[in-house]
Amino acid sequence: MSYQVDEKGYYGEFGGAFIPEMLYPNVEELRSQYIEIMQSESFQKKFRALLKDYVGRPTPLYFAKRFSEKYNTKVYLKREDLCHTGAHKVNNTVGQILMAQELGKKRIIAETGAGQHGVATATVCALMGLECIVYMGEIDIERQSPNVARMKMLGAKVIPAKSGSRTLKDATNEAIRDWINNPVDTHYIIGSVVGPHPYPDMVARFQSVISEEIKKQLKEVENTEDPDYVVACVGGGSNAAGIYYHYLDNPKVGIIAVEAAGKGIDTGESAATSALGKMGIIHGSKTLLMQTGDGQITEPYSISAGLDYPGVGPMHANLFTSGRGEFISITDDAAMKAGLELAKLEGIIPAIETSHALAIFENRKFKPDDVVVVNLSGRGDKDLNTYIEYFNL
Amino acid sequence: MNRINQKLEADHKLLSIYFTAGYPNTNDTEKIIVDLEKSGVHFIEIGLPFSDPLADGPTIQQSSTKALKNGMTTEKLFEQLEGIRDKVEIPLIIMGYFNPILQYGVEKFCKKCSEIGIDGLIIPDLPVDVYHENYQDLFEKYGLLNIFLITPQTSEKRIRFIDSISNSFIYMVSSASVTGSTSGFSEKTHEYFKRIHEMNLKNPQIVGFGIKDHETFTKATKFAKGAIIGSAFIKNLNENGIESIKEFVWNVKALT
Repeated sequence: MSYQVDEKGYYGEFGGAFIPEMLYPNVEELRSQYIEIMQSESFQKKFRALLKDYVGRPTPLYFAKRFSEKYNTKVYLKREDLCHTGAHKVNNTVGQILMAQELGKKRIIAETGAGQHGVATATVCALMGLECIVYMGEIDIERQSPNVARMKMLGAKVIPAKSGSRTLKDATNEAIRDWINNPVDTHYIIGSVVGPHPYPDMVARFQSVISEEIKKQLKEVENTEDPDYVVACVGGGSNAAGIYYHYLDNPKVGIIAVEAAGKGIDTGESAATSALGKMGIIHGSKTLLMQTGDGQITEPYSISAGLDYPGVGPMHANLFTSGRGEFISITDDAAMKAGLELAKLEGIIPAIETSHALAIFENRKFKPDDVVVVNLSGRGDKDLNTYIEYFNL
Repeated sequence: MNRINQKLEADHKLLSIYFTAGYPNTNDTEKIIVDLEKSGVHFIEIGLPFSDPLADGPTIQQSSTKALKNGMTTEKLFEQLEGIRDKVEIPLIIMGYFNPILQYGVEKFCKKCSEIGIDGLIIPDLPVDVYHENYQDLFEKYGLLNIFLITPQTSEKRIRFIDSISNSFIYMVSSASVTGSTSGFSEKTHEYFKRIHEMNLKNPQIVGFGIKDHETFTKATKFAKGAIIGSAFIKNLNENGIESIKEFVWNVKALT
């Protein structure tokens, strides 16, 4: 059994494309061509060149010595925070902007929560000279104003999503509605491994460069391509999909997914989908999602805007229900503490999303000779205000 | 014969009205249905509200949000519709997104619809291929007609496929848009209506999206068998209240 997507777009029983007929031509156009385009030599050449010269890849695999000593195990950090724009998100937007060009699209739309994916999309649109429209929840616009300014500087138009809860879920709804209204000239750059097939697979493939590099880098320092564990935070799950990708079907490598417990799983203010979710349909995908008994999608909560999503990608839903992945949830408080700790021990200020992944070491013990690779998915600059307020810095 | 098919045999154009159950007030459902039938509407689409209606514009979104705030649920809708067949003859179609139906249980949902006397379903995010593979037998077992959408971008091959597995009418979306668009019908839309008409499909077509009054109704039904009004009806409920149903319908039908 494989944990990769099957030919119908499913991971086990999760995935598929539950979309209104209005979206069918757009999604079908992409589905029927994405593999062929991505595998073509000319595409790979352009993609690899941009990853190297523009994004700054390969990113280092850094042995975190003091952090490892503290937790008595061997922790490596995959430094996605050093990517251009400050997070792994740009791996996907570079790939998708090239995809959009191959498909002859002239107009790019995207959704964003914290603004990282919005910035990464605006960046590649500026690079290619394409029109860029980013949907962002009205509430997120207020709490993430520096990223709104960055998008504007990069020439993107930021449209507030005013429906529903006015956060990421609703920004995604608005982006999908835009795509329904503009079916011919527009490409929708989804920022995570969510949405209708082929998006989860396409985004995972673009992010898979992360585990591809780890294999080579680990071989040099540990003389093996396979760590004992790969660890990542999961909101929608794109950085996790990237670090798991080449290890999905390798049982020697343990997969650990870290979700945001918010104020605690049972507080009603949480985003721990594996603990609180049930199978359902969100944004065109059958997956685990947080919902009422009546099937209405509920509002998640996390201190980290990037983990504040009521579902997970179908790959992760399958990793959870099959038992292939170990799922851990981390509260706001534990994450904030772990973020500060990494800053003090290693001189790296992580994004609060990433801090969740770092927080597991407090309670999840590893053997001294275990090699644990944590995806350091983003840097903490965007979160300075939250850190300042939380710690009274 | 299913009530929808009986109605489709009529020699006049058909008017279908969509409303969101639980809006403006939780318990308006029965009154709206009864008044719509009395006013001379031919089909009724009862909207099952959903938190994330992807294919809908602001008007229907807001009515759904309000309905959910009012406490509307699938269970409650079925309670309200209990006994509706003692009061009306008109074909009733439930329109709802797939997730609430999935959570209720697809078979249980179909069974309940059948017991109440619902004639058909429109589930915009249940794609025709998934329906065909997984649910068609179930819907047929309970005598429910599932109605599919086509758009100006739907390929001829796919339209033929949808026609082949439909047994009532095809819901023809007038333009590439979410519901409630007010841009009117362009020359291109007219050509699309004509193109579909000339395909000689076995199922008649009912046009939806962008129909709001007598003029747009007339244009939409030049080639098609009928048309559906949703957002404009909800807007009218919002502005003129639940007592204005007859006036709204008569205006669309240009009756005095």
